[in-house]
Amino acid sequence: MPLQQSTSSFYASVFMQKNATGVALFVFGLVMFCAGSVGVFVDSPILFSLLSIGVATVGGLLVATSAFGGLAGVKNDGTMFASSKNRGAVGWLMGIVLTLFYVLLYWFPDTLQYMVQAADPVSYTLRGMPADRWFFYGLLYTIAILVMGLRFIGRNRHNRYQIIRTLSVMAFQTVFAFAIPAVLEALQKPYFDFKNVWPLDYDFFYSWHLNKLTSESTPFFAGLTLGEFMLYWGIAMIVIGIPVLTYFFGKRWYCSWVCGCGGLAETVGDPYRHLSDKSMTSWKIERWMIYSVLVLVTVMTVLVILEYVNPAEYSFAFSRSLRTFYGFAIGAAFSGVIGVGFYPIMGSRVWCRFGCPMAAILGLFQRKASRFRITVNGDQCMSCGNCSTYCEMGIDVRAYAQKGEDFTRASCVGCGICSSVCPRGVLKLENDSVATAPHNKTDR
Amino acid sequence: MKNVVIIGNGVAGITCARELRKRDSSASITVISRESQYHYSRPALMYLYMGHMQWSDVMPYPADFWAKNRIELVHDTVVSCDTEIQTVTLASGATKTYTHLVLATGSSVNKFGWPGQDAKNVQGLYTLQDIESMETSTAECDRAVIVGGGLIGIEMCEMLLSRGIEVTFLVREAEYWNNVLPKEEAQLVSRHIGKHGVDLRLQTELAEIRTDTNNVAVGVRTKDGEKISCSFVGLTAGVHPNTDLAEQSNIDCGRGVLVNQYLQTNIPNVYAVGDCAEILLPGQTRGVVEQLWYTGKNQGIVAAQNICDANQLYERGIWYNSAKFMELDYHTYGQVPATSTDSTSLFWQCRNTEKCLRIAFDDQRRVTGFNSLGIRLRHKVCEQWIADGASLRLVVQQLSSALFDPEFSTDVVPDIVLSYNARATDPIPVPKRKNSFWSKLIPVK
Repeated sequence: MPLQQSTSSFYASVFMQKNATGVALFVFGLVMFCAGSVGVFVDSPILFSLLSIGVATVGGLLVATSAFGGLAGVKNDGTMFASSKNRGAVGWLMGIVLTLFYVLLYWFPDTLQYMVQAADPVSYTLRGMPADRWFFYGLLYTIAILVMGLRFIGRNRHNRYQIIRTLSVMAFQTVFAFAIPAVLEALQKPYFDFKNVWPLDYDFFYSWHLNKLTSESTPFFAGLTLGEFMLYWGIAMIVIGIPVLTYFFGKRWYCSWVCGCGGLAETVGDPYRHLSDKSMTSWKIERWMIYSVLVLVTVMTVLVILEYVNPAEYSFAFSRSLRTFYGFAIGAAFSGVIGVGFYPIMGSRVWCRFGCPMAAILGLFQRKASRFRITVNGDQCMSCGNCSTYCEMGIDVRAYAQKGEDFTRASCVGCGICSSVCPRGVLKLENDSVATAPHNKTDR
Repeated sequence: MKNVVIIGNGVAGITCARELRKRDSSASITVISRESQYHYSRPALMYLYMGHMQWSDVMPYPADFWAKNRIELVHDTVVSCDTEIQTVTLASGATKTYTHLVLATGSSVNKFGWPGQDAKNVQGLYTLQDIESMETSTAECDRAVIVGGGLIGIEMCEMLLSRGIEVTFLVREAEYWNNVLPKEEAQLVSRHIGKHGVDLRLQTELAEIRTDTNNVAVGVRTKDGEKISCSFVGLTAGVHPNTDLAEQSNIDCGRGVLVNQYLQTNIPNVYAVGDCAEILLPGQTRGVVEQLWYTGKNQGIVAAQNICDANQLYERGIWYNSAKFMELDYHTYGQVPATSTDSTSLFWQCRNTEKCLRIAFDDQRRVTGFNSLGIRLRHKVCEQWIADGASLRLVVQQLSSALFDPEFSTDVVPDIVLSYNARATDPIPVPKRKNSFWSKLIPVK
C-alpha cells in the first residue's frame, strides 16, 4: 500500500476524532447553559461563563478547524446522508432547540435572567455593567459567526472569493455590530450599529430613536454631535450607499459581505444552505411576501416620520398598532424565531429571502440598475443540479445555466457558491462593465 | 399530424422531444425509457452516491413540466420495433404506432472478455440502476479496483473515496488519459489522482477478476501477474452503442446505429441520436460515434428539426468539452492533439499550484485549440479566436478576456506572457498582475 494512502486516511481519522470531540464539548457547553439558567452558577459568574460560553466555543473551534483537514476543494461528501443537515432527527432537534431559544429571548426574557449572566464577565470588561439579554445574545451571535466563519473558510479554502467574503462578514459583525456599540455604551453614547441600515433597521426613524440621536450637545465631528453624525450616516447609507454600491457590485456588497443576518446565514447557516425550496411556487410566495413587508415598513415609516414632524395632526392609533404588529410579527417572529430557528428545516436564508425589506430594495436595484450578473459559460452546462441544490436563496440556477443564459435575479445575494460547486466551470459572478463582457440579461 | 416516438430519455432523446414541441405544437410526442420515469442528468449520478445531491435534485425539469409540454413519458422497455407497420412493442405487451421514430438508446459498458467480468460486485457506471447496485455492492467494501483510465474511471475513484473506500486504479497508458491529453497535462492529472490517495497503477492491464465459489469478486490479477484483493471492481474502459433494438429491426448498424448527416437511418422516418448513433459522412464506411453530453444535445435538436422538415445538416462545430478530475477543472476547446509539443503549442504550468494552460497553433502560428487545468476559460472567446484563426501573439496578449475563474483568483496572465516571451522573437509587454494584493495576503493552493 502506498504511503500517501495510509497517511491520508490517518489524517481523516484524526480530523473525525477532533470533530467528534468538538461536538461533545459543544453539547457539554449547552448543558452548562441550561444548568446556569436554573441558577446553579449564580454565585460564580466566571466559572459559569467558562463552562458554558468557553467550553462551547472550544468545541466549536475543534469542529471548525477540522474543516481544514484533507485536501482543499468542494466538501459536500455525505451532506445528504447527515441527519443534522438533511432534516433528520438531529436536524429537527436542533431546529426545535433554536426556535425555543428565540421564543424565550423575545417573549419570555425573564426565563433567561440567569442564563444571560454567562456574558457578565465580558460585559463588565467591555462596558462596566452587567449583561442584559441583548448583550448576551450579541456576544453569542458574534462568537457563532467567528467560529462557523472559520469552518466556512476551511471548507472553501480553494476559493479566494469565499475566504475574503467570509473574513468580511466576520469583521463587520465583530467590529460594527459588537465592539463599537459596546464601546459607545461604555461611553454612555447612543447604541448604534453603523452597518445596520433602514429598512432592516426598522426603528431608525422612530421618535424615541430620533430623539436619542438629537439629544446631545457636544460636537464630535465637523460641528456635528455624535448623534447627528449617526443620523446623517444612516440617511446617507439609504440614499447613496444602497443605489451606488448596488449599481457597482450588486446586492452582495451588503447581503453576503456586510450584513449581520447574512453573516449568520453564511457561517452558522452554511450546513443548511441546500434546504431552501427551489420550486416555482416558493419563488412566487417569496415575491409576494418580501414586497409586502417592504410596503408595510415603508407605510409604517412614513407615518412615524409624519407623527414626529407634526404630532398634533398625524398621531394615529393605527400607526401605533402597525408599529406593534411589525415589531412582533416581522422584527421578532419572522427575522428571529423563523429566520434563524428554522435554519435546520427551511435553510439558512428564510428571512433574507421571504422577509427582509432591505433585501427587497437591494434586489430591485440589482434587477433594474446594477452591473452585477451571473454569466454562463457557453453551452458547457450538463444540468447536474449542484448550483441549484446549494443555492441558499432557492434560485433554480440550473434553469438558466442549461439554457446558456446569463442572468440577474433580484434575490441573488452573490455568495458565489453556485460557481464554486459547478463541476464544469460554467458559472461566474461578474460586475465588470458590459463593454468588456457582452451579456444579455433575462429573467424567467 | 406527426406522431413521434422517442426511445430513450437521456439528454439526446429529451432535447429532441423539447425541440419538437417548440417547433410543432400539435405533434404527439412520446418518450419511452426502461431506465426511469423522468429524465435526469446522467453526469450527476456520481453526486447521488457521494451524498452531494438527492434524486429530486438531479432532475433538470419539475414533474409538471412534461404534462405542460404535452410530452408523454412511458417507463417501459421496448422489446421490438417493426418499421414496416411503424409500431413498437413494449415489455408490458402494449404497442405504440409512430410516424417518426427516434432511437436514443445510449450505450453500454465495454467488457473485453475478462474472466470474471460478469461476477457479482463487478460493474460499470452508466445508468441509474448501476448507482443502485453500486450502493449495495460497496456497502461492506473497504477496497476496490477500477479498471480503465477514462473520465468515468476517475469519477468512480472519487465516489469510492468519498465513502472511505481505498481504491486501486488500473490504467493501461503511461499516464492517465494520455491518449487524449498531451504528456504534461496527463502527468499533472496523474499526480492529482495520487495526491487524493488513489493507488494509481500506470501501464497496468487487467488479466482476470478473481471470484469465490459464489461468483462474487474477491480480487483481480494484472497482466504482470500481481494479485490485488478487493470486494468491488469497477469497469470503466469505455462504452459501446446500444444497437440491439435497431439490429432486430432491419435498421443498418455498424459500431452504432448508422445515420447520415441528417441523423436519418436507412429507414427514412427513423432517426438515431446521441451515444447510439454512428454518423457516416458521404463516401465513408466508418462513421463517427460521439458520446458526449453536448453532442447528444445538439444531435437531439438536429433530429427534431429534420422531423419538422428543416433539412438541417448535423455539424459538430468547434470541439469543446469540460470535466473535473477530482478537484481539478478541465476545459478544452478546438484541437489540441495528444502529441502536442513545444513546437506546436505554448505550454505554461504554474510552479506551485495545479494550474496549466496549453495553446496549440498551426504552422502559421494561428491558434487551433486550448487545454486548461485548474483554470476556467470562457467558451465564447476561445471559440471566436479559433474560428477567426487568431494569431498566438494576439491570444496571449488578450488572454485575460478569456479567463473565467472566480473573482480574486490568482492572475495567471503575466506568467503566461513571460513564458510566451521566453521563446518568441516578438515579446509582449508583461501586464501588471491583477489581484496581487489579495494573492499575497491570502495564498490559495
